[in-house]
Amino acid sequence: MASLNVRAALLSVSFLVLALGLWEMATQPPEAETGMSEYEMLMGGADQESRVPPPSAVLKLAWEELSNPFYDAGANDKGIGIQLAYSVYRVLTGYLAAMAIALPIGFLIGMSPLMYKALNPYIQLLRPISPLAWMPLALFIIQDSDASAIFVIFICSIWPMLLNTAFGVANVRQDWVNVARTHELGPLRTAITVILPAAAPTILTGMRISIGIAWLVIVAAEMLVGGTGIGYYVWNEWNNLDLASVIFSILMIGVVGMLLDLALGKAQKLVEYKE
Amino acid sequence: MTTKSLGNPFNGDQSLIHAKTCGCPECKLGQETPSVSLNLQQSQSRDAIASEAAMDSEAMMDRAIESAVVRSVFGHNDHSRRSFMKMMGAGSAAALLGSVFPLDKAKAAVKESLGKLEKTKLNVGFVPITCATPIIMAHPMGFYERYGLDVTVTKTAGWAVARDKSLAGEYDASHMLTPMPLAMSMGAGSTPEPFIMPAVENINGQAIVLHVDHKDKRDPKQWKGFKFGVPFEYSMHNFLLRYYLAENGIDPDKDVQIRVVPPPEMVANLRAGNLDGYLSPDPFNQRAVWEKVGFIHMLTKDIWEGHPCCAFACSQKFATQNPNTYGALLRAIIDATQYSNNPDNRKEISEVIAPKNYLNQPAPVIQQVLTGYYADGLGEVKNVPDRIDFDPFPWHSMGVWILTQMKRWGYIEGDVDYKGIAEQVYLAGETGKIMEELGYTAPDRTYKTHTIMGKTFDSDRAEEYARSFDIGRV
Repeated sequence: MASLNVRAALLSVSFLVLALGLWEMATQPPEAETGMSEYEMLMGGADQESRVPPPSAVLKLAWEELSNPFYDAGANDKGIGIQLAYSVYRVLTGYLAAMAIALPIGFLIGMSPLMYKALNPYIQLLRPISPLAWMPLALFIIQDSDASAIFVIFICSIWPMLLNTAFGVANVRQDWVNVARTHELGPLRTAITVILPAAAPTILTGMRISIGIAWLVIVAAEMLVGGTGIGYYVWNEWNNLDLASVIFSILMIGVVGMLLDLALGKAQKLVEYKE
Repeated sequence: MTTKSLGNPFNGDQSLIHAKTCGCPECKLGQETPSVSLNLQQSQSRDAIASEAAMDSEAMMDRAIESAVVRSVFGHNDHSRRSFMKMMGAGSAAALLGSVFPLDKAKAAVKESLGKLEKTKLNVGFVPITCATPIIMAHPMGFYERYGLDVTVTKTAGWAVARDKSLAGEYDASHMLTPMPLAMSMGAGSTPEPFIMPAVENINGQAIVLHVDHKDKRDPKQWKGFKFGVPFEYSMHNFLLRYYLAENGIDPDKDVQIRVVPPPEMVANLRAGNLDGYLSPDPFNQRAVWEKVGFIHMLTKDIWEGHPCCAFACSQKFATQNPNTYGALLRAIIDATQYSNNPDNRKEISEVIAPKNYLNQPAPVIQQVLTGYYADGLGEVKNVPDRIDFDPFPWHSMGVWILTQMKRWGYIEGDVDYKGIAEQVYLAGETGKIMEELGYTAPDRTYKTHTIMGKTFDSDRAEEYARSFDIGRV
């Protein structure tokens, strides 16, 4: 088993080295020209010919950014750490608000087929709406760009949690509910002591899907409203057509998204049970 | 300009009189300083803005008052003042004067009468283009501070967001396009909310850029089927492009496609072949040349020399609720616009506004835009110093022209009170007064005729003009 892991790791690393090597070779900047005419200098010389930056340039930039992630050079220029913190803050605020509403309602419609049938059409209608379609409406009604971004996270992360909770609750084995009934437990106690633990893995699956969606949405939302956050960072670098920074920020978005998913994956393990 | 009238009045070696030929270091720094007025309120504000020294506004005001008092004691005779100060020594002279004249009280009284700023922390939005130069450079170069304002300039992703954040009150004032406050006040493309535009930011400064593949298609008649980008529907870019196309016999609604594309995305779209060309704000015209994906077909100044482009606007509510703050902000903006107008300052400004916090562009690109010494992408170096220019005066006739084009292309319908709306939104009178107060010359009228592609526009006959075109939607 250990040898398989080692071999897999070796293979992973060699794929990486190979890919980066090819990328580096394919994107060598042209030789610096000497004796450029004035026109050529005003045209930016040959620098701009090579479009995609080589990985070494991205790594160099990553090193610079990560060695000073919390600098603050004015309202529109902050370090990558600060930008990520803003994004994480927005995601978690919207996500927690969604959780506060999705879990109780999910329980309600999971336990009551009547409520399920009554609310299902609305859920099905609202669920497929793209986050960015909400944005103009949110900006108009809420009149605050930061709150609008949080609202968009909220509205997009609520549905998987809601549906998974309802599904988990509805599919708790009837025997267990019957046992609770013979013990004369009230509905609230039944919900907390029997249904919640039984449905927990499904609920957490929903929460894990939701955090993934929330993290996907925040970048688009921040590109639109601007100001702060990793989405704004990408937009600002796009503004400057600076691909090295864009690639670097894409990697950072991936890393943070992975960490958020890992955290919920761990939580999911905690509530797993074997029948 | 300098704080030269604010020399230390207690210094016997220093002259407070600066004749035209004066060679003192302060005079060498800047010429054309308005003559010193002894009206305290005016001289303070005029001199405060003129400061290049790092004097804060408090200290500057104190100095202005001291100066005025000392001057009046000596009957405005600078010679006797200087000999007196030399004899007494500055310290004892100040003490002596203080004992007979309550200087501190005078200072306090004057500051009171200037009007307290209702609000000193302000949010001003800008879209990262060179049209916003005065709004941006006023921040790093301290123009806002000189008027006691702590302004945060926030980069905004596009015009629709700038509009929404302004409507929501998140921005106290914002960089806009000159047609936007007109449209917003009329409720075209948004809920109606009275907006005012006390200052134009830039004139000229746009260009038509085409993809390098179209180098052989310099005649607009060959452009049928092209896809063009403009930054916003209610923009000079849209109206000028439509005007130019129509004058060349191309119907902008039928023969070509005009899309709204945010400025930063234009170069990427041009490269991807998604656009054949665009009429957009700089630096994205010069950036297309720098990236070798486009060339400058023509500058918009060759369509309409001196056309307005971007604006400084705020809601009427903000101005009426915070009159002193509004006044201070407007002074800072007018002053920054006039400073940007001077070609000698352009290089310095380019360096200050190029970094990430502001435009986030390569400095050589910004410099080519602001100085007008640029590569056109066709193999030539051009020298057009007024490629972009800055003039804050919001001519009512410009507003009327914009309205005629909105009518022409069907953005507004029915009877339009051209002059009424222009006068309600473009505050030319107020701007003129402040320009005079700050020592600049302001026009004595607010309407004039404009020549656009050789045709004269007379704002007295707006409706007739809007209907006079062969291609139009009226």
